[in-house]
Amino acid sequence: MSDLDTFRAETRAWLIANAPESMRAPYRTTEELCWGGKKVAYPADVLRWRDACVERGFTAPTWPREYGGGGLDKASAKVLAEEMAAQRLRPPLIGFGLSMIGPLLLQEGSEALRREHIPAIVRGDIRWCQGYSEPGAGSDLASLQTRAVADGDAFIVNGQKIWTSYADKSDWMFLLVRTDPAARNQDGITFLLMDMSSPGVTVRPIRLISGASPFCETFLADVRVPMANVVGRVNGGWAMARALLTHERTMIADVFRDRDDADRLRTAARAAVGVDALGRIADPVLRDRIVALEIDQACFDLTLARSRDAAKAGARPGHESSIFKLVGTELNQRRRDLAVRVNGPQALGWDGPGFGEDDIKATRDWLRSRGNTIEGGTSEIQLNIISKRVLALPEK
Amino acid sequence: MTLVLDEDQKLLADAARDFVATRSSLKRVRALRDDDIGFSRELWREMARLGWPGLPFPEELGGAGLGWRYLMVVLEELGAGLAPEPLVSTVLLGGSAFLYGDPDLRREHLPRIAAGDELVAVAYQEAGTRYALDRATTRFAAGTIVGEKVQVMGGSSADWLIVSAHGPGGVGLYVVDATRVRRTRQHRIDGRDAAIVRLDGVPATPLGGPGLLARVIDVATIGLCAEMLGAMGAAFAMTLAYLKTRTQFGVPIGSFQALQHRAARLYIDLELCRSATMHAHAVLDAGGDVARAASLAKAKLSDAFLRVAEEAIQLHGGIGMTEEHDLGLYLKRARVAEITFGDAAHHRARWAELSGY
Repeated sequence: MSDLDTFRAETRAWLIANAPESMRAPYRTTEELCWGGKKVAYPADVLRWRDACVERGFTAPTWPREYGGGGLDKASAKVLAEEMAAQRLRPPLIGFGLSMIGPLLLQEGSEALRREHIPAIVRGDIRWCQGYSEPGAGSDLASLQTRAVADGDAFIVNGQKIWTSYADKSDWMFLLVRTDPAARNQDGITFLLMDMSSPGVTVRPIRLISGASPFCETFLADVRVPMANVVGRVNGGWAMARALLTHERTMIADVFRDRDDADRLRTAARAAVGVDALGRIADPVLRDRIVALEIDQACFDLTLARSRDAAKAGARPGHESSIFKLVGTELNQRRRDLAVRVNGPQALGWDGPGFGEDDIKATRDWLRSRGNTIEGGTSEIQLNIISKRVLALPEK
Repeated sequence: MTLVLDEDQKLLADAARDFVATRSSLKRVRALRDDDIGFSRELWREMARLGWPGLPFPEELGGAGLGWRYLMVVLEELGAGLAPEPLVSTVLLGGSAFLYGDPDLRREHLPRIAAGDELVAVAYQEAGTRYALDRATTRFAAGTIVGEKVQVMGGSSADWLIVSAHGPGGVGLYVVDATRVRRTRQHRIDGRDAAIVRLDGVPATPLGGPGLLARVIDVATIGLCAEMLGAMGAAFAMTLAYLKTRTQFGVPIGSFQALQHRAARLYIDLELCRSATMHAHAVLDAGGDVARAASLAKAKLSDAFLRVAEEAIQLHGGIGMTEEHDLGLYLKRARVAEITFGDAAHHRARWAELSGY
């Protein structure tokens, strides 16, 4: 038996013995998972599962052991993922620490920053949020104005961030600040790590047209941030941000896919408008609209698969993430829209009597979906990227 | 079931691309529109020497035994050059009809098809049947066929015809000696050979029963998608080049964001179409739900090829509308290809039925 086979057998046994049964139940949204941090109380089973995985290095399987990671190679990490999937186990810990700032620190951070932050991320002690966008800096992120002025061994930070997901539940923020107003936009930005409990930090949740959201405004008034918290070098923050942005785009395309989407829409349509003598959705126009969506969805899924096959065959990744983000979000919007159409008058409820829970959720999901083509890089920005970097069309 | 080409398939694609570049210009394609049979017998013989007509068929029947994905890469390159040689009629339609039909007729005809020695046309279309394959006024009785077929692709030059007719048990396929029928070359907008075929009590041999034609059309639909993909790609490439070189108002028009975004959308469509085409061929090779994969691809490509061709003309401005420019050839081919074997709406409806909608 090879080392990998031994690892698989041991891992399988360990999972069976240590994963609480409730962690095998399917979950509807990522809100049900453990994001870590000190501000949210999680159910006992969730914490037990997380802590057991922390001890084994399974929350960050491929990260170096010296920081609390599992130290696994790619093949072993794949085996772990397969075994967890086979037992329908939910991930023990998620969050921007694991997905964004952790990998960046491992790549670009000083040894001191790594020692300070990686173990806390791996244990789920610290939850991170991202401070990029500002009211005046959305698509044109490089024009951000939050100012950091040197004062001894620290920066004094003043400004405002917007669209910070879960800022009210987070312990630390990684943010972009302007450290050189005289330089070209991209050349005057610094990547900073900031403790959210620092004096001067105020957080306000943002309500969307669809109701409550994880988004927040974060106000920074004379916040002291140690210079040791710079990632990379002062005025070298834009390069750090670019590396993280691409990663975020791939994440978002996946995030809005629900496993049972196609079945749900078909079932709802058949129930709402009935079926004809041949057993088909009785409204031919609605049927054609749904089918057109599912055909486009199938082509999209096949393109994802083709991209994976190409990567396996050794092709370098291109700018497929822009195609995937753009198309994936538009497909999701069409799907949410069709769910509302299927419901008809029952889709008009905000809450209260006369409207079912599922109907209200479908309508809220439709409202929320209008933001998909804006967040994480607007569709227009994706088209710009495809035009310039894939098609090499000229600048003005 | 991979969705990417392997090294051998890529080499074949390169060879086919070189062939089109050196042996088949669009000037040649234009001239063939007025030709009696609409293609070059000499070039067909060259393609046969390269083994292309036999690529998908079993070795014991004279083919290369390489499967449909190999034919796909050839079809894509020929499609890019709008080459009119009869791969669709003889190989996709005729070849698959013999492949899935009567074994004796298979052994007689497939080796000759694979060698490029025999031209075949499948006559299924009648005036008024639109996309239905299970309706035919053409009748088979007492060993002969009476009826009329229209827009028979490759009909003018075929040595053998495979005709759909109402026989015992429903609409089946029958083999007819093409020299025994009356045929009239038709002139469709893409200039390729199509013919009216009149059968006045012509002797016919049964090839297969109901269900065979649908199977054959599915194979041909998938192969046609490969040709359409190539043509779409060529029209897009032409347009991209134009956007980069054409200047107005002192700048290349490709620097206008509105045009950039339209080009990016076409590129996205091309990628989605490639995935659907690749998938359909993979399903054909592996065996699976061929009908569903065919309708998925044809539904997507029917609309997409037409849209690319229309946008290409729009992005070229006035010159795109001239007969002298090549884009009109692509638009016309897009329309014919869209409607051949069923348009997008037809295939969406079919995919819906096959998928329980």
